[in-house]
Amino acid sequence: MPELPENVKQNIREEGLPIVLEPKTRLPLYISVRELSLRYQFGTTKIQKFFEGLKEGRIYMTQCKKCGQKFFPPQGDCPICIESDVRWIPLNGEGELLTCTMILVKPPTYAHHDNYIVGIAKMKEGVRVLAWLKIDDPKKIKPKMKVRLETVKREPEQFITYEFTPI
Amino acid sequence: MRDVAIVGVGHSKFGNRFDLRIDELAWEAASEALKDASLSAKDMEFVVVGCSGGWSAESLPAVICSEYCGTLPKGSMRVEAACATSSAAVAVAYNLVASGYVDLVLTLGVEKMHESPNPVQIEFIGRAGNYFWEFENFGMTFPGYYALHATSYMWKHGLKEEDLAEIAVKNHHYASKNPKAQFTKEISVETVMQSRYVAWPLKLFDCCPLTDGSAALILAAEDVAKKITDTPVWINGIGAATGTGNLSRRDMHLKLEYSGLESAVYAAKQAYKQAGITYNNAAKHLDVASVHDCFTIAELMAYEDLGFCGRGEGLKLVREKQTYNGGLIPVNLDGGLKAKGHPIGATGTSMIYSLTKQLRQEYGKIGGKEAQATIRKGRAVAHNIGGTGHYAYVTVLSLEKPQSGSG
Ligand SMILES: [Zn+2]
Repeated sequence: MPELPENVKQNIREEGLPIVLEPKTRLPLYISVRELSLRYQFGTTKIQKFFEGLKEGRIYMTQCKKCGQKFFPPQGDCPICIESDVRWIPLNGEGELLTCTMILVKPPTYAHHDNYIVGIAKMKEGVRVLAWLKIDDPKKIKPKMKVRLETVKREPEQFITYEFTPI
Repeated sequence: MRDVAIVGVGHSKFGNRFDLRIDELAWEAASEALKDASLSAKDMEFVVVGCSGGWSAESLPAVICSEYCGTLPKGSMRVEAACATSSAAVAVAYNLVASGYVDLVLTLGVEKMHESPNPVQIEFIGRAGNYFWEFENFGMTFPGYYALHATSYMWKHGLKEEDLAEIAVKNHHYASKNPKAQFTKEISVETVMQSRYVAWPLKLFDCCPLTDGSAALILAAEDVAKKITDTPVWINGIGAATGTGNLSRRDMHLKLEYSGLESAVYAAKQAYKQAGITYNNAAKHLDVASVHDCFTIAELMAYEDLGFCGRGEGLKLVREKQTYNGGLIPVNLDGGLKAKGHPIGATGTSMIYSLTKQLRQEYGKIGGKEAQATIRKGRAVAHNIGGTGHYAYVTVLSLEKPQSGSG
């Protein structure tokens, strides 16, 4: 079981209860002695080809063979036709930046990363993609600028993902 | 379908409520609503609880809060629609009454965000989109999602960061008069401009705080409502819409390209149609509005999504101060999410609380005369967005019963 904070352990030792004073308001707070950590898992069977593609440097979208609807993120089912017959098409990689932001206050699970820029681009194929934009100077970002989407190894986690770079 | 009115409202103090557990916090609003309607807990026939949860310990908030509020063994449920959670709860409660299933429903929005530390809350809210495609690999945050819209709006319509700051200044101004608000101080444009970036181009003072709070509404069927109060506030329309979980797939129909929320437009048009309000120049039909200003850019987009003005013209409303009281359409006279606070699951009922007080012309007793809108048309609108246009709920309230056949 994960360790309780030192001040809580001390209060349990001294007073027999995990109640501490909240630092700002000085109101009594009961600190739960049970900690829950969460790590989720997902099935990839229907889109396993997408992940195989990443390994080969390709980023796939899907297209319904019946109605032609394009999907990115890729999916194996078309809700329009209620069919599951899709074509896997690698994106050519050229896109136009529609919008972006730089994330400075990060979620705890991203705390080890430098500030990162997230952009959404419209790809040549018509689908849009959200991904990090790697650029040496954010001031060089221009509306509708051309970007390239490529697979990349994300450090320090070392898994394969995709990101934009300026063209 | 029967007509449905709000006959009792209650609201807790918003802020860091380290003093209370979630059920005690719910009671703070529920007790006030019961007193407002001169009813007892035993009169309630159903309880709909809006609570987003995750950061708070209780997994069954509807049960915990119903027990504490004394409504057992009446039926209850929890409703979730992210930041629009308690507007969704109102939609459910409305239909429970309109259908004839029950006559009186306690609708309770409650959120206890500070049962977890701030970083845990940021992590949870960042996951409020498509977790797998946009958070797992790209670490989106809630300010980040809205920042994507702010950037697009800047590129399309020449928005400046100072314009966004003006919206924060307005909402802090009204919050400073509202004793139930989390923030009680006025701020200046400089305060906003000098605050640090959270998600460029949004700065700390463009963002709403993390809040604990509750707000309660008692909904009643027409015959019952008239016995309880002389000033029932009628629900004239409820619009609801859902946007894509993936931001990358947004707005394929209206071509807004991140300068508005398509789901909000759908919800507004649906609610207005039910209420007999034309979408273009909707402001002419309304005395006051509460809009979802979780970030300053969200309020700006809301002016346009609600049909108060055309695309790109929201800027003009800001620059001419047309959304202060006395302007074209007063917006967020209670301080909005931005400064009153944004307890995720309590925000919808909080908006409707304020608008009910406005329509009854009782808001001045809370937030001062300056914050009481002039009630001429007897109508108000609440615009409550879940996530970043993932959910949209628009509710039209009126002193007049709905037009016959519209219910
Ligand atoms: Zn199809």
